[in-house]
Amino acid sequence: MVMSFRRCAALVLIGAGLMIVAALPAHAIEVTRVQGPESGVEAWLVEDHTNPLVTVEFAFDGGAALDPEGKAGLAHLASGLFDEGAGDLDSQAFQQRLADLAINLRFDADRDTFKGTLSTLTETLDEAATLLRLALTEPRFESEAVERIREQVLAGLRYHETDPDHIARDEWYASVFPDHPYGRPVDGTPESIAALTRADLQAFARRHLVRDRLMIGVAGDITPERLSALVDTVFGALPETSDLPAVADATPRTDGHTVVIDRAIPQSVAVYGHGGLARSDPDWYAAYVVNYILGGGGFSSRLMEEVRAKRGLAYSVYSYLIPLNHAALWIGGVATGNARVAESLDLIAAEWRRMAEQGPTTEELADAKTYLTGAWPLRFSSSDAIARILVAMQDADLPPSYLTERNSLIEAVTLDDARRVAARLLDPEALTTVVVGQPEGVTATAN
Amino acid sequence: MPGLHSLSRTRTRPHAVAASHSAEDRARLWLAAAALMALTLLALPSPTRAQSFDADSFTLDNGLQVVVVENHRVPVVAHMVWYKVGAADEPPGKSGIAHLLEHLMFQGTETVPPGEFSKIIARNGGRDNAFTSSDYTAYYQTIARDRLELVMEMEADRMANLRLAEEDVLTERDVVIEERLSRTENEPTALMNERLDQALWVVHPYKNPIIGWAHELEALTRQDALDFYARFYAPNNAVVVVVGDVTADELRPLAERTYGQVRPAPETPTRDRLRDLPPPADVTVTMRHPQVAQPTWWRRIVAPSRNAGASELYPALQVLAEVLGGGPVSRLYERMVVEDKVAVSAGAGYNGRAVDFGTFAFSVTPAPGRAPAEIETAVEAEIARLLEEGVTDEEVEGAKRRLRASVVFARDSIFMTARIVGAALATGATLEEIERWPEDIAAVTPDDVMAAARAVFDGSAGSATAVLLPESSS
Repeated sequence: MVMSFRRCAALVLIGAGLMIVAALPAHAIEVTRVQGPESGVEAWLVEDHTNPLVTVEFAFDGGAALDPEGKAGLAHLASGLFDEGAGDLDSQAFQQRLADLAINLRFDADRDTFKGTLSTLTETLDEAATLLRLALTEPRFESEAVERIREQVLAGLRYHETDPDHIARDEWYASVFPDHPYGRPVDGTPESIAALTRADLQAFARRHLVRDRLMIGVAGDITPERLSALVDTVFGALPETSDLPAVADATPRTDGHTVVIDRAIPQSVAVYGHGGLARSDPDWYAAYVVNYILGGGGFSSRLMEEVRAKRGLAYSVYSYLIPLNHAALWIGGVATGNARVAESLDLIAAEWRRMAEQGPTTEELADAKTYLTGAWPLRFSSSDAIARILVAMQDADLPPSYLTERNSLIEAVTLDDARRVAARLLDPEALTTVVVGQPEGVTATAN
Repeated sequence: MPGLHSLSRTRTRPHAVAASHSAEDRARLWLAAAALMALTLLALPSPTRAQSFDADSFTLDNGLQVVVVENHRVPVVAHMVWYKVGAADEPPGKSGIAHLLEHLMFQGTETVPPGEFSKIIARNGGRDNAFTSSDYTAYYQTIARDRLELVMEMEADRMANLRLAEEDVLTERDVVIEERLSRTENEPTALMNERLDQALWVVHPYKNPIIGWAHELEALTRQDALDFYARFYAPNNAVVVVVGDVTADELRPLAERTYGQVRPAPETPTRDRLRDLPPPADVTVTMRHPQVAQPTWWRRIVAPSRNAGASELYPALQVLAEVLGGGPVSRLYERMVVEDKVAVSAGAGYNGRAVDFGTFAFSVTPAPGRAPAEIETAVEAEIARLLEEGVTDEEVEGAKRRLRASVVFARDSIFMTARIVGAALATGATLEEIERWPEDIAAVTPDDVMAAARAVFDGSAGSATAVLLPESSS
């Protein structure tokens, strides 16, 4: 060995002190709020003219949780159909136009939002905007396309019905939200998908794609002037509002029960969790830091250390916070061979308890802060990622200044904050678990 | 599928974005309906797509090539070390050792204790991981630019100074055994994929799964890992790629202070593989599995790669794959999914980014009630039609435009840029070839596409077809 690694150790030490300075420089990422002059629709923009492309991310508040009773999967099916023909263009003509111009357009639905991404070279921005306007305002929903995409959704459901990760996640939501739409599968069921009609899709478009539910984030090679005109063109013709009902707030039924789904697979896949906290909760940042230390931080987390690094019980073990709009969750997952999965689950519960009772150490808190603040700029290394964050910020009612203030919010978390929030939220008795597989030594306490 | 699959040291989870509500990341619907393989093939037709990165390069005295692509959007860099060794370079009976070693590279040196590598990176605000393919093994960090020397020093350290404790090797082997359960044993499509590669490659080492056959993986030892390390890990068998807020002038002194201090291997390590295939045959592998509800149909055909066989066909094969099966306006999708309704999804892809042979692959999700034989007939009819009628100028121009646009999209991400450049260099491409790729694509004519089609579809190359069915179906 020729090189000296001592210097490296010194760098690490100095590094910890310097980290705050390495936060996102304001000059690098600056948000401009742009309004369409006619429509008043607002978009948040981060300009970058070094590469000739533009990404437009948009989301409408209201997703699969608003699928009507008996129509689970409507938002999901719809997400496959807005780019399957619009205006004068039938399905193949619309897709051909996108393909010829190398424009990427996709839609997606989750429990709380219906969203889409448009990315295009700058040279085809006007055509891309026209196609997106057509997709949003004049979708055709022709029967050929509806049946074709319906078959794709059904095939997807057949793949998922044997995929242990998917089964575990869907069953967990079903188990803790027995009486709330959050408990239904976002992708629907074979029965519900089969029953959806063109009228359902038209009603979906009319009720979900409205301006008072819309959030837009744009990144790339476009000026505020051009974007303001584009916002009017694309989104200006959407109705202002609709009569979509509100989603009821829900409390997850996490009473510590365990569900076992028998599948003849060699490795058990488990999802576990309980309630979390809202994104607007004053303790959010403290909980975010605690989760990083518990199970969010890759190789630095306690779960990873105990379950994987020390014992080789799993390849993947993690936890994360999910602040849904109408319920808050703190969940995690692990996969371990059937014979040893009980040991993994016991270890996870023990770590849950240790964190609840003692909180993190001073050193863990300091390490979490240097990671979370230092890694913040890493989120901004592509236009797609920037546009997504701009929408996520609007969704969480955060101001543009959040981009520069966010690290100080992390820095402000004290050891007392972390201990308090861990004690308040983490409850090993409430950990509710779904295990898919043939786990040995795991007793089901519910169906 | 060399180059296409790679295994990562950890599962990449959707990052908990400050305010994101969605923890799920789903593909387009028509892709979601396709099998695992289709996702891989269609989402990443070829990592060589993006070019024109305006890369700078220099080589250190010890033989290490260093490549820089500037991107100054944020004060961040992606730093990757690519070793020109992968699962196809493993000794017989030691399948999985390249990937196990990748895991063990985090298990300590004289100065970094076992398991600390990633924690040091994290304490410095960085993320790190690693991945292994049939042809290469890569380690990377994304981190603030002022930490670049730190990560270079740490990578240089473990390039030469790995220290492994027996106990840590056994624990990490258990982790990889669990990884195999997650990725393969629990996933019928992955089990099928293993059997398909075995049937296609027969004797060539691409026949082995990157993660290793279970019985061989379970028997790997600390000494196996150290032997593999000693043979292949050296500056003169590696490429460093740095993309982000740094220039070549800034990087060179850092590289000389860190990697420059590592002694080269006395002789440049070489890949010592069997490069033969047996006489071509068409093989069909049928698997029935209780954990399958949706049938899938795949076919792979041995094809030229950039490095082997008729490598001049490389760009034309990419255009061919795009025309035939590159998305919802491709011939296969239009005919089989839109018009004839025999399939729910249908696509094709070409992987020519390989040290040895490439592959041309089809992936079809049959419509309910459609037998595998109908799928095979339909795919072969499309190929026959293409060979008979040729391709149109419009089809070729559209495909070329999409391929060239993909460069701009890839260049937008520092991580994608580093990954594309590194994978190309680690499998034998030169920087000039990488930079020239858009021109190569622009120059492809309909005649070139037909020449490529005849080369792959004239029946002279071996193929393997997979039929994955529910246990109950007859």
